[in-house]
Amino acid sequence: MQTNRDTSIAHLDPSSLPTIEAIEAPSSHAVSADRLGTAAWIAIAWIAFLGLLAILAPVLPIPDPNESFVALARKGPAMGHWFGGDAIGRDLLSRIIWGTRSSFIVGFGAVAFGLLIGGMLGLMTGFFRGKVDGLITPLMNVLLAIPQFVLALSLVTVLASGADVSSSRRLAVVVVGLGIVSIPLLGRITRANTLAWSEREFVLAAKAMGAKNGRIMVREVLPNVMPAMLSISLLGVGIAIVAEGGLSLFGVGVQLPMPSWGNIIAEGRGQMRNSPHIVIFTSLILFLTVMALNFLGDAVSRRFGVRESVL
Amino acid sequence: MSTQTPVDGLPIASGTPGAAKLLEVRDIVTKFNTERGSLTAVNGVSLSLERGQTLGVVGESGSGKSVLSRSIMGLLPRSNTERSGQVIFEGKEISGLNDSEYRELWGDEMAMIFQDPMTALNPVMKVGLQITESLRFHLSMSKSDAKDTAIALLKAVKIPEPDKRFSSYPHEMSGGMRQRVVIAVALACGPKLLFADEPTTALDVTVQAQILDLLAEQQRERYMGIILVTHDLGVVAGRADEIAVMYAGQIVEQAPTALLFSEMKMPYTEALMAAIPKLTDASHTRLAAIGGRPPDLVNPPKGCAFSPRCPYVQPRCHEEAPTLTPSPTAPAHMFACFYPIGSPETEEVRLRLAAQRLMSTAPEFVAASTDSFPPAQAPPAPPTPEQTEGL
Amino acid sequence: MAGSGTAHLRDRAETLLRIENLVVDFPAGRGKKVSAVSNVSFDIASGETLGLVGESGCGKSTTGKAIMQLPRPTRGEVTLDGTDLCTLRGEPLRNTRPKLQMIFQDPISSLNPRRTVLQIVEEPLNIWKIGTPEERRLKVMEVLASVGIDPEAAAERKPHEFSGGQCQRISIARAVITEPSVIICDEPVSALDVSVQAQILNLLEDMKARYGLTLVFIAHDLAVVKNVSDRVAVMYLGKMCEIGSPDSLYAAPAHPYTRALLAAIPLPDPDASLDTEHHLEGDLPSPISPPSGCRFRTRCPLAQDICAQVEPQMQHVAGDQYVACHFPLQTVSEVPVTLLQ
Repeated sequence: MQTNRDTSIAHLDPSSLPTIEAIEAPSSHAVSADRLGTAAWIAIAWIAFLGLLAILAPVLPIPDPNESFVALARKGPAMGHWFGGDAIGRDLLSRIIWGTRSSFIVGFGAVAFGLLIGGMLGLMTGFFRGKVDGLITPLMNVLLAIPQFVLALSLVTVLASGADVSSSRRLAVVVVGLGIVSIPLLGRITRANTLAWSEREFVLAAKAMGAKNGRIMVREVLPNVMPAMLSISLLGVGIAIVAEGGLSLFGVGVQLPMPSWGNIIAEGRGQMRNSPHIVIFTSLILFLTVMALNFLGDAVSRRFGVRESVL
Repeated sequence: MSTQTPVDGLPIASGTPGAAKLLEVRDIVTKFNTERGSLTAVNGVSLSLERGQTLGVVGESGSGKSVLSRSIMGLLPRSNTERSGQVIFEGKEISGLNDSEYRELWGDEMAMIFQDPMTALNPVMKVGLQITESLRFHLSMSKSDAKDTAIALLKAVKIPEPDKRFSSYPHEMSGGMRQRVVIAVALACGPKLLFADEPTTALDVTVQAQILDLLAEQQRERYMGIILVTHDLGVVAGRADEIAVMYAGQIVEQAPTALLFSEMKMPYTEALMAAIPKLTDASHTRLAAIGGRPPDLVNPPKGCAFSPRCPYVQPRCHEEAPTLTPSPTAPAHMFACFYPIGSPETEEVRLRLAAQRLMSTAPEFVAASTDSFPPAQAPPAPPTPEQTEGL
Repeated sequence: MAGSGTAHLRDRAETLLRIENLVVDFPAGRGKKVSAVSNVSFDIASGETLGLVGESGCGKSTTGKAIMQLPRPTRGEVTLDGTDLCTLRGEPLRNTRPKLQMIFQDPISSLNPRRTVLQIVEEPLNIWKIGTPEERRLKVMEVLASVGIDPEAAAERKPHEFSGGQCQRISIARAVITEPSVIICDEPVSALDVSVQAQILNLLEDMKARYGLTLVFIAHDLAVVKNVSDRVAVMYLGKMCEIGSPDSLYAAPAHPYTRALLAAIPLPDPDASLDTEHHLEGDLPSPISPPSGCRFRTRCPLAQDICAQVEPQMQHVAGDQYVACHFPLQTVSEVPVTLLQ
């Protein structure tokens, strides 16, 4: 038996409604665990605090980081110099605060660089696959195959290792060098996530609607891939800051006298016997920061990771 | 462990028919701790089963049917789970056993078949090995005896070329074949009780028929009790001796199969039947959908769990929760409803809704047969202001 | 069965969507290919629902996607309202999209979890820049109401806050908002509970009436297909077996596979005897090297030599029923009239 068909495209006229089941309000089952968690907020507070100190460094009541106080050389904490002095008497606390600038620039800068380029490459290869993937992914794999530290070291050495190199140029090169190193890692994670999300039916639905590829990538796929990318990026910031420290040990990190946590530790190594406080305080700050970034990375991944269904 | 008497080379548990009931379950309650609170998945279920019998447990998602079979077998996760109630298997209380005691039972006395054959089998282990593993653990067979038995089992579940298939991996087989292997693994040591948890839901309908035929045959040969859990009323109609219908964690109706279908008492069961498209209906028959959704098991509604959606609901249903009671005319038929189908209140509602339908202007209603189940919405007729509000 | 042939196609002028000799092959590595859809033809008149039914591996989903050109079929003709979509590329193809929409099986997966319901349903209008933002919003609200979702409450929520049935309604809203001519429904109720299934099937009928839709309804559940369809086509291993109106097809199938399918369905009636005589044996052959001639012959109780040598073509058996078989079963005309009611 055929239903009587009303083939005119009707505007909603309530009296012509055939039986529609009672309009349901969406379920109130929505899970309310939308909070980041206390640990994550502490982590954010710590990083924000450090960031604030870094920005306000010039106006803070701390001594010039390059000024040597002869009486302070190799001495531990004292009045007016809460962290003591380094090998040649510069105020350690001040150097650490100024060092936060360099370290954060390196950490966040390198990862932003890698995220932008690696993320874009990952999105494209994951979404289009085929030839694009076949061309770019092997290149990324080659980059990945080179031990990352060796790569960073080589890049910085080649590009800016002369003694006459200005500290800002060196800083830029360190950022770019570490950034290039992080491209394949971020690219792979992005690609893997993009592959998975591109398989989902809502992407097919978008194509079926006639959306152009660019629109689909940016509006449908990217928002879903972002949490994973962000999470790994936060971890990457910590890695980059520590890597800069490694470069400093080889003398190609941030150029002295501009301080960074890495080069403070590198210089302080020689004083471990008599003045361990140099390495200890700086390492402690570094440790807390990396831990905070890790916590934050986890929290982001948990909070923004998609809940697929009710309950 | 009971003695195993080989029949056709296959171990089959012995036992005299007519002895203590195979399985008796009393008042099982299972709760899970979730973020939102305590979720009561099974809310006081009791049942019993004899050897050679099949009990069909029917329900939709969220009814608690899968959790029930796992609760009985003891397969629930340890953390965040509370379980109470008694499970008596062959006269012995088994709900308080520890893991190693359960392991003696599982596979040997009772076994389970799951829904998805791909994930039920270990993908990196050859199929034959998955069968012999159980044989060697429970029956202490030697390697070669176990292999022979496994091949005999593969043959019994109708897998072609069993000796070759013994060395296959699961991914080399089709879904239907994998499910047969799962059945072979489950039946390897000759269990007396088999839980089949949606065994054919993931399979095509022609394969489904084969698998159900196979289960029926194995049941006859081994004199097993089967608890068949499914959402498909069609599957249980043909294969179960008794059917229990579950809703929101409770059994709401239970009866021998023929009686259940001929004299449904629960409005939910009737609604379920009416919502299924039937092969015998003509094309474009309007389906009688059940409005609303299953209840929230963390905060269930007061009174009867089905009351928000029941077309025959009366004030009492919102206040008190009915308990499962036998029907006065047929003690084997139990249901939990204050106003079952056939009672004067429901008849009155039926007539009223049928009349309303006839008066409605939509052509479908006029043409529809008056025998079909009344639509589960009250009131159904002209749109109310709320409906027009959002436009 | 392994039907080829176009005897069952109607006059072009009468039909809205016409698929002729559709072929979809997928590469299977090492030079082999999977013949997913092989010379399938059918047509649909405006306002009709065609049910496409078959088990896994029969190619019904692939056919649906090939009609949408996602991905393009290997060969064949897909004519929508006079235009062959297979000959279009790029922009001209994109411009046909609003007329041809799709609903998917997994309700949760077919909605972007990061976007609100309003954004999801509005997207087609955004892409094609239909109307002003206020008009679009109004239209979205209207369509949401018509599928049974409270627009005010739902608009700003995300898919995970809804149940499967509600998500499927939202999908339907998204599909109808551009007022398409044809909607391909790829197993839209398979992932839903029985009670919700009934709601959605009723909803589809309502939508069809209101928006004057033509549907291709792909499913494996024969009872569901019968309920919604005006014509039913049965597929097996990439080929068409049989096509006809559901009442006659189900009462008296002409193809042995259709009969086996019907026999396998468990009826919710304890008195119905199990038709084990017609239960199929064996397993599905591989689509990489399908059987020669009729693809069903390896499991067909009626197979003869000719079935291996010659591929059966669609032939008329009765009324509007066509079958691709060398030995079709007794046909509708031989069945007592009362059974057809």
